Amino acid sequence: MEFLFNLILLLFLAAVTIGIIGVRNLFAVVVLSGAYSFLMATLLIAMDAVDVGMTEAAVGAGVSTVLLLSALHLTNTEEAPAKHSNVLPMALALLTGAALVYGTWDLPRYGDPDTPMNSYVGDEYLERSIPETTIPNVVTSVLASYRGYDTLGETAVIFTAGIGVLMLLYGRRRKGDDDEGGDRS
Amino acid sequence: MEGLNELAFVLGGVNHWITVFLIMAGLYIIVSRSNMIKKLVGLSIFQTSVYLLYVSPGKIIGGTAPIISDDFTVYSNPLPHVLILTAIVVGVATLALGLALVIRINEAYGSIEEDDVYSGEDWN
Repeated sequence: MEFLFNLILLLFLAAVTIGIIGVRNLFAVVVLSGAYSFLMATLLIAMDAVDVGMTEAAVGAGVSTVLLLSALHLTNTEEAPAKHSNVLPMALALLTGAALVYGTWDLPRYGDPDTPMNSYVGDEYLERSIPETTIPNVVTSVLASYRGYDTLGETAVIFTAGIGVLMLLYGRRRKGDDDEGGDRS
Repeated sequence: MEGLNELAFVLGGVNHWITVFLIMAGLYIIVSRSNMIKKLVGLSIFQTSVYLLYVSPGKIIGGTAPIISDDFTVYSNPLPHVLILTAIVVGVATLALGLALVIRINEAYGSIEEDDVYSGEDWN
C-alpha cells in the first residue's frame, strides 16, 4: 500500500514536470510549480518526513510562488519561442540521467531498514534524543541541538541573500520612476 | 511470494528513477530554455529532486515519523530530514536572489530572454 501511494504521487510529479517543460506561458509555469511543490510536500509526508513536508508546503509552494508571481508582475509573462535546437541539452540531460541510473543500481531498495545509513547514525540520534535533550521530536533536537551550527550557517546564508536582494532592488527604486515598484519583500 | 518480492523490487527502484527523471528535467530546462524565469523554475525542480534523493533512502517501510512515542517502535531516519530542512530554506534564498537579478536585468535590457541580452550591443 505504501509503495502504491508513493508510485502514484511520483507519477503525478513526473507529469507536472513534463507540463512545466512544455508550457510557454509563464503564469502557467508558476502555477504548475506550485502544484509540483504541493505534490512534493505530500510525498515527503508519505515518506515520514513530516517537518520537511510542512516546510516545503509553506516555503516551496507558498513563498516561492509569491516571489515568482511578483517577479512576473515586474517583467514579462510570455516565453519567447526557442531559437536554438534542443538536441544538445537533451543529449546532456540523457547522459547525466544514464550515469545516475547506473549509479542507482548499487543503491539499497526503497524502505529497507538494514542499510548502513539507517543502522548507525540514525538509530543513535533516535536513542539519545530523549535522555540527552528531552525533546520527543528527533528532527527538532538534531536541528537545534546536535547540529545547531548548521542552522546558524543557514541563517547566515539567508541573511546574505536578503542583503543581496535589498541591494539589487534598492538601486532600482531610485533609478526607475516609471512604475510603482517596491512590492518585493 | 516470489512475485510479490519482484514487484517490491521494481517499485523500490521506481523511487530512484523518478528522482533521476526530475534531475534530468531540471537540468534540461536550465540548459535549453533562454527565458530566465523558466531557468529559475528549472533550478527549483533540480533542487527539489535532491530532497527526494535524500529523504527516500531514510524511509523504512512500516516505520513512522521520528517523533518518539511509547506506541511505536520503528521510526524513519531523522538525519536526512534535518539536512533537507536546511536545503529548502537555502533554496528559497537562491530563488529570491535570482529573481532580483532577473528584475534588474529586465530593467537594463528590456528583456528576460538570455538570447536578447547577449545579442544587445549596448553594454552599459
